Amino acid sequence: MWEYAPAPESRDIANLKPAYKMFVDGKFVEGTGEPLKTINPATEEVLAEVSTASESDVDTAVKAARKAYDRVWSKMPGSERAKYIYRIARQIQERGRELAVLESLDNGKPIKESRDTDIPTAASHFFYHAGWADKLGYAGYGPDPKPLGVAGQVIPWNFPLLMAAWKIAPALACGNTVVLKPAETTPLTALVLADIIQQCDLPPGVVNIIPGAGDVGAALVGHADVNKVAFTGSTDVGKVIQGQLAGTNKKLTLELGGKAANIVFDDAPLDQAVEGIVNGIFFNQGHVCCAGSRLLVQESIADELIEKLHARVSTLRVGDPLDKNTDVGAINSREQLTKIQELTASGEAEGATRWTSSCPLPDKGFFFAPTVFSGVSQAMRIAREEIFGPVLSVLTFRTPEEAVAKANNTPYGLSAGIWTEKGSRILWMAQRMRAGVVWSNTFNRFDPTAPFGGYQESGFGREGGRTGLEAYLDV
Amino acid sequence: MAAPTTLPSALADAVRDESSLRRFLHGLPGVDQVGVEQRAAGLGTRSIKKASKLHAIDLAISMVDLTTLEGADTHGKVRSLAAKAKRPDPERPDVPQVAAVCVYPDMVKTAADDLVGTGINVASVATAFPSGRSTMDIKLADTRFAVEQGASEVDMVIDRGAFLSGRYGQVFEEIVKIKEACGDAHLKVILETGELVTYDNVRRASWLALLAGGDFIKTSTGKVQPAATLPVTHVMLQAVRDWKQQTGELRGVKPAGGIRTTKDAIKYLVAVHEVAGPEWLDPHLFRFGASTLLNDLLMQRRTQLDGHYSGPDYVTVD
Repeated sequence: MWEYAPAPESRDIANLKPAYKMFVDGKFVEGTGEPLKTINPATEEVLAEVSTASESDVDTAVKAARKAYDRVWSKMPGSERAKYIYRIARQIQERGRELAVLESLDNGKPIKESRDTDIPTAASHFFYHAGWADKLGYAGYGPDPKPLGVAGQVIPWNFPLLMAAWKIAPALACGNTVVLKPAETTPLTALVLADIIQQCDLPPGVVNIIPGAGDVGAALVGHADVNKVAFTGSTDVGKVIQGQLAGTNKKLTLELGGKAANIVFDDAPLDQAVEGIVNGIFFNQGHVCCAGSRLLVQESIADELIEKLHARVSTLRVGDPLDKNTDVGAINSREQLTKIQELTASGEAEGATRWTSSCPLPDKGFFFAPTVFSGVSQAMRIAREEIFGPVLSVLTFRTPEEAVAKANNTPYGLSAGIWTEKGSRILWMAQRMRAGVVWSNTFNRFDPTAPFGGYQESGFGREGGRTGLEAYLDV
Repeated sequence: MAAPTTLPSALADAVRDESSLRRFLHGLPGVDQVGVEQRAAGLGTRSIKKASKLHAIDLAISMVDLTTLEGADTHGKVRSLAAKAKRPDPERPDVPQVAAVCVYPDMVKTAADDLVGTGINVASVATAFPSGRSTMDIKLADTRFAVEQGASEVDMVIDRGAFLSGRYGQVFEEIVKIKEACGDAHLKVILETGELVTYDNVRRASWLALLAGGDFIKTSTGKVQPAATLPVTHVMLQAVRDWKQQTGELRGVKPAGGIRTTKDAIKYLVAVHEVAGPEWLDPHLFRFGASTLLNDLLMQRRTQLDGHYSGPDYVTVD
């Protein structure tokens, strides 16, 4: 047997500090909220203490953003704003390794994903939007579209830096200023981004980053002087925010949960479909809102496909997120692990057939072995509820119509995957999918030029592409 | 058409006649180009260090088909290649021997005489290598000559013209006949994937060669660009994996041409390990067709053991 020796990335590269402060009005300051301790989910050790915002700190941050908006940022020509945004993009590349290691430490995702996906895609979002800053008149929103003002942004823990980039880059390009709250369990890379922003000499107050829990987010989105709210996270919180904002003139975009169908027809390129299924659900431990968590496979190839899938999933290496050969890292928090365990138990109790990879798991930390449920019916909780973990539910279908009906039978509508070698069927299916993003013969591809977003309970508004600019312009 | 081995009924049906064979090959699942290239690139990022690297280097050395296929080959060159095959690093007797020496038919006797009793195989290219453009009689005579001279492995080329024009039955028959002419010698079937171009073609040609009784499927002659690539090798590894799934038989894969560095070789071994499975990590089931690769493996082996790089002057150039 050929065992791969451990190949860990050095954690020194993360430049981890014992304490992090929030970033307001161009300076790092102590928040007056209760400090939080952020942990490494792979070892459960405390990484750092992070100061958090109180309600008055939220007010200070919004005021700083307002001042920067009125005095500097909204008046600056787009070509000048672009220079700052390009500078941020280059600095993210420059400090890519540091950010990647820190992201893996704080979030638990494997280093190969933070290194090859999160950080490069974050940089590319800044590059892409920097290009728009002086061309907004040609974006299709009138000759001289205006920014909205102060954007209050709340982001999740699954792609901490990447989500910050998705939010901050278009806001700045369009001339808005920002107050952003990173997730409670993953604040560190956003604060290194703040350091980058400070070093890029962005005018004070244009970007403010205030860590904290849900109450800070609630105070931010509820603040009277915020003009635009952007939230990525759970559907439950999204509903609360929408309720909170009803009757105000704040503009809102929500990017919420999903229960995407990955649909495999009998003429699909099977080996690549298996890769796509694996990438669809086990990428980032399944902590992906657009994860392909429901596999719909045509009955005539179901047994063959499931056999290939089991063999492939058995090769996934679960363990130390900093090891360059790790495919599946740690679940982000004990709370999330408990939720995954609870939902998988319900799958067994409701009669689905559970298969779990026999891969070894570390003794410490929050880990969950890749799991595939077959014999799943639409009525089961594992087919309806978002698990947000490395758990796949397999259902079968016989006709394209049945595939459409089953795929759309969910209150969510974020993404879908279609696997077939027949081009006409891809188009036929894509027209019928009630999902914001439809991939064909691939899955989980992210590009700043492509708009991303969902509908129904997956939210509304788009991020990325020309369409994504609309969320940050007064149109 | 004659099935060379006892095949399971589904596969026996596939080789019943030309139209069945065509239906079978065209009924294989397609290969998505973007997907297979993405997977190959992804697996290529595996980081193989320390003991696992040393193990991989020794394994790769034992899988090398040390090759010289030049018009300018001499008996002297073949003899020095044979000496290299036996003791790749003369100062380090613990370095494993290579799997085989691969030469043109007229050089087989020279190599075979030098390698008697070593366990190192002599492989010969045959069947109007590299183009395959000749009559069946000449291809058979070429094969028989190589085997008579002492080749224990024959690397044949398929008729790409016939394959690309859809005459699968003709290609099948040729492989079956060459396999017969090989007798006890192992048959490696060179698909020349650089001329087949699409991954769908590579998959069909792989299955065709396996159905016809090829012991190995080999990517390239080394005379056509591109020669071996990682994604092509992925597709061929999937074929032998699926073949085992259906028949229980183990068949081998040999990428050849363009693999020059240890880093590349390790990427191939990772693909063997994770696409086909650990049981293919064996010189009986996986080979590298290479000439310059061996010296890089030897230099990296020294680097691993000595802790420093010593350079190309410390390995023999043959």
